[in-house]
Amino acid sequence: MKIFVIAKNTFKEIIRDKILYNILFFAILMIGASVLLGKLSLGEQLKVIEDMGLACISVFGTLIAIFVGISLVFKEIDKRTIYTIIAKPVTRTEFLLGKFLGLVLILLINIIIMSGCFESIIFMISNSLNLELMKAVILIFAELVVITSIAVMFSTFSTPFLSGIFTLAFYVIGNFSMDIKNLGEKSNGLARAFTSVIYYILPNLDNFDIKGKVVHGNPVSYEFIAYSIIYGILYISIVLIISVVIFQRRDFK
Amino acid sequence: MAAIKTEGLTKDYRTGFFLKKIRVLENLNLEVEEKEIFGFLGPNGAGKTTTLKLLMGLIYPSSGKAWIFNKEINDISAKKEIGFLPEGPYFYDYLTGSEFLNFYGGLFSIEKKRLRVKVEELLETVGLGEAGKLQLRRYSKGMLQRIGIAQSLINDPKLVILDEPMSGLDPIGRKEIRDLIIRLKDAGKTIFFSSHILSDVEMICDRVAILVKGMLIDTVSVNDLLKEEGGTIEICVSDFERSALERIREFNKKIINRGERIYITAGSESEKDEILKIIFERKGKLISVTPQKKSLEALFFKGMDKGKGKG
Repeated sequence: MKIFVIAKNTFKEIIRDKILYNILFFAILMIGASVLLGKLSLGEQLKVIEDMGLACISVFGTLIAIFVGISLVFKEIDKRTIYTIIAKPVTRTEFLLGKFLGLVLILLINIIIMSGCFESIIFMISNSLNLELMKAVILIFAELVVITSIAVMFSTFSTPFLSGIFTLAFYVIGNFSMDIKNLGEKSNGLARAFTSVIYYILPNLDNFDIKGKVVHGNPVSYEFIAYSIIYGILYISIVLIISVVIFQRRDFK
Repeated sequence: MAAIKTEGLTKDYRTGFFLKKIRVLENLNLEVEEKEIFGFLGPNGAGKTTTLKLLMGLIYPSSGKAWIFNKEINDISAKKEIGFLPEGPYFYDYLTGSEFLNFYGGLFSIEKKRLRVKVEELLETVGLGEAGKLQLRRYSKGMLQRIGIAQSLINDPKLVILDEPMSGLDPIGRKEIRDLIIRLKDAGKTIFFSSHILSDVEMICDRVAILVKGMLIDTVSVNDLLKEEGGTIEICVSDFERSALERIREFNKKIINRGERIYITAGSESEKDEILKIIFERKGKLISVTPQKKSLEALFFKGMDKGKGKG
């Protein structure tokens, strides 16, 4: 499959880039630092570590998704490396999906490394693993893939700088989507229409955030996780279809 | 069957705030025969790269159509028969030479074992056998150009399209690329390459198309050009007596003295024979006889003048 050939090459490209290691290094440093912070809090040490660890995985994962995602396609066009690929019997769709898949693979490996460090710190302190936390990690990964698809979509027609700003805006506003919906329900007329448009266009990232729940031991049902993942897949599919349509039409000058 | 055929190929770009239309290629009708070396000649900005990008499907024509081996260019299977080297070497610099070729082989779904042999073979062909293990960021410009050509040959294409394959190379590099192109022709491939340098094109091409300001000025056969009247011949001679020179000067005024050597420009074949006869009679030391393919140059500049009027 040509998609996988391109995905593999994208994987290599990111692996051999230094930015990844910098971000990963800081992520692990921060997760480690949560131990110190936990020491400051009386009795709640483990909760603080869990809370901070999950936040780190989410934030640094998002950083990788956005930073790498926005330049993924742009760089190929800018450096004209795409010329030789499109000249081969490869469709633009295959190219774009391959790039996307390569980055998703990188994110997966990063998440595994980060949560591995995270769980081993928890094991050192409490002598047991908290596997409930992995539910949150799975949904963080789903969220990262959603963000990646948005970054890739913007990078098919925009510069990395603009794509970065747009994607960041989607990420931040997407985290408040529930509040936006509530705001819309309390208002009327134009404001209501406006908020509902935003609510349905932007990803509802609240669906992926169960960090607080798992840290405080509140149960999270498998139905909820399944629902969130299906929502994610649908959202990603739509964004990727839009990306492909844009990418198909553009000229590589 | 034509290797490349275009019909009324036209490309407009829109630029600036008001999206002003700029025509970069106008109504291009071109036909490249199988198994020939076809030169695509024109000054910078003539629309050569635009044409090649259109053929590769990197940009879409505003109007007109193009075929490669009778398949329309938007048919993805047409690309199985093509090898393409874009202008200026821009490649994945984090890959090593052999990784780079393996990657492109993968895009053709070439079976692994066969690909490994093919990669070795190609690295040898372009003279990069040892450098296969080096990352491309350590390659020199000439090496990049050669690995780029290797990349374009990975699928053993029937048609090889090269965009400015000799630009930015030193004389040795240029010669290597020229030899490679001739070897490809001997292997039965069609080669279509663009250049803005006359001598490169003259030396190896069977036919040449001249493009200026987006318009095709002419398509000519290089052999016909050589035979054509008006092509001059430069004769270089040394150890030549002054009195003998006077005899030549009777019918030929184009004589230049440069130290020991004397350069005589003959206007026709018969004139050349006459001059050579005198040189042999007087035992002058003949150094070289070089046909000056002036007509291609003349055509080039004629086209430029025509283009100037337009833009």
